[in-house]
Formats: sequence, C-alpha cells, structure tokens
Amino acid sequence: MIRTTLATSALALAVALPLQADEIWVTNEADDTISVIDIETLEVTRTIPTGERPRGITFAKDHSVVYICASDSDAVQVMDPETGEILHDLPSGEDPEQFVLHPDNRHLYIANEDDAITTVVDTVSREVVAQIDVGIEPEGMAVSPDGTIAITTSETTNMAHWIDTETQELFANTLVDSRPRHAEFVKDGTELWVSSEIGGTITVFDVETQSEKAKIDFDLPNIHPDRVQPVGFEFTNGDEIAFVALGPSNHLAVVDAETYEVENYILVGRRVWHMAFNADRSKLFTTNGLSGDVTVVDVASRTAEKTIKVGRFPWGAAFRPTN
Amino acid sequence: MSWLTAFRAIVAREALRFVHQRERFLAALVRPLVWLLVFAAGFRAALGLSIIPPYQTYITYETYIVPGLCGMILLFNGMQSALSLVYDREMGSMRLLLTAPLPRWWLLLSKLAGATAISILQVYAFLAIAALFGITVPGWGYVTVLPALALAGLMLGALGLALSSFIRQLENFAGVMNFVIFPMFFLSSALYPLWKMAESSELLHDICAVNPFTHAVELIRFALYLRLEPWALLWVTLATLAFGALAIWGYDPARGLIRKRA
Repeated sequence: MIRTTLATSALALAVALPLQADEIWVTNEADDTISVIDIETLEVTRTIPTGERPRGITFAKDHSVVYICASDSDAVQVMDPETGEILHDLPSGEDPEQFVLHPDNRHLYIANEDDAITTVVDTVSREVVAQIDVGIEPEGMAVSPDGTIAITTSETTNMAHWIDTETQELFANTLVDSRPRHAEFVKDGTELWVSSEIGGTITVFDVETQSEKAKIDFDLPNIHPDRVQPVGFEFTNGDEIAFVALGPSNHLAVVDAETYEVENYILVGRRVWHMAFNADRSKLFTTNGLSGDVTVVDVASRTAEKTIKVGRFPWGAAFRPTN
Repeated sequence: MSWLTAFRAIVAREALRFVHQRERFLAALVRPLVWLLVFAAGFRAALGLSIIPPYQTYITYETYIVPGLCGMILLFNGMQSALSLVYDREMGSMRLLLTAPLPRWWLLLSKLAGATAISILQVYAFLAIAALFGITVPGWGYVTVLPALALAGLMLGALGLALSSFIRQLENFAGVMNFVIFPMFFLSSALYPLWKMAESSELLHDICAVNPFTHAVELIRFALYLRLEPWALLWVTLATLAFGALAIWGYDPARGLIRKRA
C-alpha cells in the first residue's frame, strides 16, 4: 500500500515538473567543481564539487555516468549525473589530463601528463589494462570510430603517437608542430586532426597512410601571432565545418573542413580552451579559462550570443541530454 | 492650415539645404567612419571590455563605439543647424522667417523637426556603411533605434537652437566647437564605458554621468539591442524640454536676447 502511494506521488511529481532541458557540463580547473548549464535558460543550475583540478570530462555513451579527470587527485572520478554523487574513482595513473572513451563504452584511454604514458582502464573491472610509453607530457587523446586506433599527442615531444588498440602497442609516430594539445578523428575515421598550441597550426593526417595531408594556419587581424594558440576543436554535422578554440587570442576560428580554409573568426571570452555542442549542433559552448565564463555561439549565424559566468578557469565541456 | 504650410516650408528648406550641400553630407559621414575604421581599429584588441548591459557577450571596440558615433552625427548636425541659424540671422533671412504670423515656438519646432529628420537619415547611412564592414546589431535593432534617434536628435537640435540664440556672429562658432561639442562628446560614454572612466577618476565619471549626451548615447545603445533604458529616457526627455524652453525664451521677441541686442 505504502509502496503504491509512494509510486503514485512520485509519478504525480514527475508529471507536475516541467521537462528538464538538456545540459552542458563544464569543469572548473581552479574551483574543483563542475558548473551545469541549462541549455534553455542559459543559466548555471548546479555547481557540483569534484576532486582536485578537474579537466577532461566525458559521458558514458548512454549518459548514465560521467567521467572526470581530477588531475591533482591522480584519479578519474565516476559520477552519477543525476545526483552529482561520486560513485567511485578509477585508477588512472598520475596526473590524468585528458582521456577518451573507446567506442566499446568500456575502456578509457587516459593521457598521464607527468609520466609520459597512456593508461588504458577498464571501467567495468576498474583495472588498468595496459600502460603504453609515449612521448613527454602526453595530452590530446582520440580513438577512431571503429575503435582500432588510439592517438596520444605529446606536448614536449611534439608527436602524435598511433596506438593499435588490439595489441596496445605503438605502430607509428608522426611529427606535428610545437605543443600538440588535442586530436580528433573525422570523416568516418579517414582523417585525423591535431592542434598545435605553440606552433599555431592544425595538422591534418590521412589515417590510412599516417601521412600529413594539410596544415591549417590562423591569421587574426590585429592580434599578435604568439597569442594565436589553437587548442580544442569540434565539428558540425557531417564534419563540414570545424570550430577551433584559439586560446589567448580570445577567438574561435571557423574552418571549412573540405578546403581547410579559415572562413572567419568569432570573438569569445579570454583564453578559450575547449567546447561542446548541443544535441542538434546548432549551438556551441566554449570554455573561457581566464575570464571564467562560457560563451554560447550560434552555429548558423556564426555569432557569439551570450556569455555565462561559471567557476574559475573553466577547462572541459560535455553535453548531457536529459530527455 | 497656415501652420502646416509653414512647417512644410521650413522642413523643405532644410531638405533643400541638405541636398545642395553634398559635401556636408559626406563630411558628416566621413567623421564617424574615420573614428570607426581608423581609431577603433587600433583599439580593437587592446581594450578589454567586460560584459555590460545591453551586451550579452564580449564585443569588439568597434561594436562598442557605434552608438556613440550615431550620437556624434546627431550632435554635429544639431550644432550645424544652429550655425545655419546664425548665418540666416547675418543674411537677413531669419527676419523673414520670424515675421511669419505664427507662434515663435512652432517655427522653432518646425526647424528642429526638419534638422532631426535629416540627422536620422545620416545616422542610417552611417549604420549601413558600418554593416558593410561587418559591424552589425540585431536586425530589429535598426527599427527600435528610430525613436531613440528621434528623441536624441531633438535634444541636441534644441541645444543647438538655444545656443544659436546666444551667438551673434558666425565666427563665434569655433567657440561652440571647443566649449560644447568636444566636452560633450569626450565627457560621455561614447568612447569608453562609465566604469572605465571611474577607474581613472571618480570626478570624471560623475561629470560623464550628468552629461545629457551620455544618456542620449545610452538610450541609442540600448535601443539598438531592443531594450529600453528608462533612466536615460527620463534624462534625455528632461534635457530636451529644458533646451527647448531655453531656445523659445532665447528667441522670444518680448524678453529674448535678440531684442536686447537690437
């Protein structure tokens, strides 16, 4: 009887509450928190405490849990996104900065910045499956859509390291420009893009041959080239257009992913770092580290619409559907 | 009926003057464009602006000074219109105008309406050129700014009229430039937001905050972003009434300065 009453009232409550809007989750590196932004109201609705220095953030494919790189806690934390409760930590190796979830939804590939290794963790058994030696200060991580190749970029060695996920061994190393930060497979895994922060470029590789296919330069009027530092980037539907965060130049670049030409630049907050799209990829949310905010960019009109205050030094961003 | 005839005649005369002085139109456009494309370009990256209403995100300096430059066009035109009245007085055509059998305030209002309409046309020409250079505002902003431009234009035109009743000779107009236009423009929020002024000097900030031109610029700024700033509206309305009253008093044949001088 009691159970039925409870169930009914829970149902009534669920009906009475308006449908929850989708969310963008942002890690605040200096605050040890996550700011949750409601996509409808564009306001921060929740601030959730995390381990020390949260940076990389990604959801499980079914969005049932969220993984957070708590760099200074030397752990990857697993959180229940409904309650904000830390469920458990995963062994991650030292100083995890960025990671990527394998398409099998089970293995995390983690860059350990201080140890020059890539750690592979099984999220189910919570065990380290492999540790692969890579270059100094690994950071950028990517896995191909078919799951056969993992990429680690190393900031000091200036290389993209190609890992065979079957054997968990390196099968190629390719040079890129100074301090590579971020890597992504695009166009069904036929291309790999790697951004180089100090080099100020993006290198595009042909995945089959691991050879360089194109290099993208950025030239902002009125801004010293030293401040043009590409870091995070994301692609619109169909991988047609790339949005590239240019760090302390405070701008995003809009790049035609077919011709590799920069089409225009969009002013956002200070030291723009990473970004995440909403569900239909019509809005983009950038993390602006120095100004401590997130800028919402309208993809169709390529204009910055609004900037939302979050915690100190926002770093990573991830999308969470709620319906 | 004769009221309308006079109104039409005065507005038509303003329009004719405008059409015949193409250089004046060009000069009125070039001035703000130089500020926008040369002065502001250098500051584009140097001046970090924090987000202040009505803006919702970070903006370039060019975007910031557009409303101020709209105000600049209205300000210069208001003064130019005053200059033309001084000229009319010297040439004698003012005597003809003022002998019309209609209340003096109506004649002044007609003159004001004509001058403001022309100023607004110039502001739109400026906004169109700015848009060509990629400096735009939300689409509806171009519509909602119209009443703000009209009110600000009336205020600055009325100021010009009031001043013109005090200035006897054309040569004295340089004084107007130095003592009215420049302080009004530079001691306002046209070039820098008020909080930026407060950083350097509280006194400067307070002067800017009482300058009616600041409020005219803010009224235009908010209207361009589809918002109404009630405080600015109140200030500009009060200033318009005050300057208007001063102009009517200045041109009043019974008590005005004209008779005293005669």
